[in-house]
Amino acid sequence: MLGMRAMIVKEFRELVRDRRTLAMLIVMPLLLLVIFGYAANFYVSSVKTAVVGPQAAQTAKMLPSFFDVTMTEPASTQADAETLLRDNKVDVAFVTGQTPVLALVNGSNLFAAQSAVAALNKVGNQVKTQVLYNPDLKTSWVLVPAIIGLILTFIGTIITSIGMVREREAGTLEQLAVMPIRPSRVILGKIAPYFLVASLDMIVVTVLGVLLFSVPFNGNPFAFALGAAIFLFVVLGLGVFISTISQTAGQAIQTAFFFLLPQILLSGMIFPLEAMAAGVRWIGYLLPLTYFTMVSQGIMLRGAPIASLWLPFVVLTVMAVVVFTGATLRFRRDLAPGRPASPAEGQPAATETVSTT
Amino acid sequence: MTYSVRSATVRFGTAVALDDVTVEVPAGSVVAVVGGDGAGKSTLLRALAGEVSLDDGTVEAPPKPRLGYLPASSGSWAALTVTQNIDFVAGIYGLAGDELTARRAELLDRAALTHAAGRLAGQLSGGMRRKLGFVMAIVHRPALLILDEPTTGVDPVSRIDLWRLVSEAAASGAAVLMSTTYLDEAERAAHLVVLDRGRVLVQGSYDQVRANFTGVVTQAGQPVRAEWAWRRGRVLHEYWPGGDPSPPSGPPAASSPPAGTTTVAPDLEDIVIALSMARRNAVPS
Repeated sequence: MLGMRAMIVKEFRELVRDRRTLAMLIVMPLLLLVIFGYAANFYVSSVKTAVVGPQAAQTAKMLPSFFDVTMTEPASTQADAETLLRDNKVDVAFVTGQTPVLALVNGSNLFAAQSAVAALNKVGNQVKTQVLYNPDLKTSWVLVPAIIGLILTFIGTIITSIGMVREREAGTLEQLAVMPIRPSRVILGKIAPYFLVASLDMIVVTVLGVLLFSVPFNGNPFAFALGAAIFLFVVLGLGVFISTISQTAGQAIQTAFFFLLPQILLSGMIFPLEAMAAGVRWIGYLLPLTYFTMVSQGIMLRGAPIASLWLPFVVLTVMAVVVFTGATLRFRRDLAPGRPASPAEGQPAATETVSTT
Repeated sequence: MTYSVRSATVRFGTAVALDDVTVEVPAGSVVAVVGGDGAGKSTLLRALAGEVSLDDGTVEAPPKPRLGYLPASSGSWAALTVTQNIDFVAGIYGLAGDELTARRAELLDRAALTHAAGRLAGQLSGGMRRKLGFVMAIVHRPALLILDEPTTGVDPVSRIDLWRLVSEAAASGAAVLMSTTYLDEAERAAHLVVLDRGRVLVQGSYDQVRANFTGVVTQAGQPVRAEWAWRRGRVLHEYWPGGDPSPPSGPPAASSPPAGTTTVAPDLEDIVIALSMARRNAVPS
C-alpha cells in the first residue's frame, strides 16, 4: 500500500508538470463535448437557392421556406444555373420555363443535397429533380477529396514535426548550427523530403480514390496540384511550428493532435459548415483544411475552374506565407548563433563533483 | 594561430554562466577545461563555437568551415550508419569522391571503427559513438577543434583511443579545446583551465598550477574542520589556506594545520577541491 501511495503521488507530481498531457486530460473532453454539441449536425435547415428562367419571380414566391432564394434571374438559362452550381454559389437552382420545372441540385454539398432532394420529393411531379456532380449522392465522392487533404495534414503536421524535433531531441541541431550550412538550407533540406513524400501520397490517394470509389476527376489536374502544393506549405509550416514548441517527439505528437482534431471535425469534411452553430463555425473558417476541401471537391467533383475558387486559393496562399515564414523563422532562431532558450548546464553543484579514475 | 575567448561574460537571465573568463587555445596544443556540473564548461565551449553570444568580452575563432565541434550530446545521427554519418558531415564541408573515400577510411582506421562502418550509430556502444562523433568533428581537418566532454561515460579502453585521437589532432596542428570531468585527462593537457561557477579558479600547465598552489593539504583519519575536508580513498584530506603548520607551543590557527599533521603533495584533484572550497568559504587563496 505504502509503495502504491508513493507511486500515485509521484505520478500526480509528474502530471502537474506535464502541461500538454494535462491539457489533453482537461481541455480535450470539454472541447470535444462543445464541438460535438454545437457542430455535430447533419441536418441542413435551409439551402441556398437560385431561380432562373421566365417564371423565376412567380416560382420563387411559391417555394417553401426551406429553399432560401438568394438569386432570382428571369434572363438566365439552364447553362447559367449550372454555372452557379459549379461555382458553389447555390445548392439548388430551379430552371423555369418548362414543364415540369427543372430543379438542379449540387451533389457535392452532400447534406444540403440530401435535404433538398427530400424536400423536392414532397413537392411531387411539378418538379423534375436532377442531381449534378454526385448523382447517386455517394458519401465517398465527397469524402475522398477531403481525405486527400486530411492525409496531407497528417504528413505535414505530425510526420514533419517529429522529423524536425528529432534533431533537437538528439542534440544534433546544435551540431548543424556550427556547420557551414545556412539555416534556410537546413530547413529546406529537411522539409523537401516530406514535401515529396506527401506529394506522392497525394497522387496515390487521388488515383486510388478515383479507381476504387469511382470518384470523378472533372477539373484541371494542374489547378488541383497547385492547390495541394499551397496547402502542403501551410501544413508543413504547421509541422515546423509544432517542432519549435516541442522538445520531444512525444510532445510534438500531442501538439499536432491538437491541430489535427479540429480540422477533422470542423473543416466541413464530416459535418457541413452551414449546419454548424455560428459559435463554432468561425473556427472552421480559420482552418486550412476547410479551404483545401473547397478546392479539392470543387475541382474533382464539379470541375470548377481556378477563377471560381479564387477565395480558397487566396486564403490558402496567405496562410502558407504567414505560417511557413513564421515557423521557419522560429526554427531558424534555434540554428542561428545566439542565446539558447535555457542554459546548457544546470544549477551550480556541490563541491564533490569532480572525479578521477 | 591562437584562438581565444577574452573577458567573456555570459548571463542566462539572472544566472551568470561565465564571469570574465579568458582562455587561449594555441594551434597544436590541447587545452582542457575542468569543473563540476554547472561550472560553465559547455557555455565556454559554445561561446568559442559561436553558439552562445557574449554579454561582454570577445571571441576569436576561425570561420565555420575551419571549425570542428563535438557537442555533449550524441554527436551523430542514430538512424544513419557510421559511414552515412561521416558522408553526411563530409558532404556539408564539401568533401566528396576519392578524397572522401580516402579520408573516411583513414579516420575509421585510426578510430578503430572500420569493422563497424555499416552499423547504425544508434546501435554503437557509448565509446564507439563518441569516437564516431569525434571522427565527424575532424573529417574536414578543422583549425579549431572543440570537444564537449568527449570521454564522459566512455569505457577506459575507448578513452585511451579517444585521447590518442585528440593528441594526433593537436600534433597535426589543430587547436583543441576540450572539457572533461576526468582530472587525470586534464593533467595530460598542455594547458588546463579550472572553472568553478562561471569563473576561472586557476589555469596554466599542470606544473604551473601545482607550483602556484598556496596553502597546505593534510591527511588524517578524522578532520579538524569538516567543511575543509574531503575523502580521498580511505583517508581524508584537509586544506589549510594559511600554509605552514603552527608552532608546537601556540594554539592552532584556523587556517594552519596543527603540529604533527601529515602533509601531502596535492595532486590536481586536491588542488581543484581545495580552491573551490576556498572560494565557497570565501578565503582568498
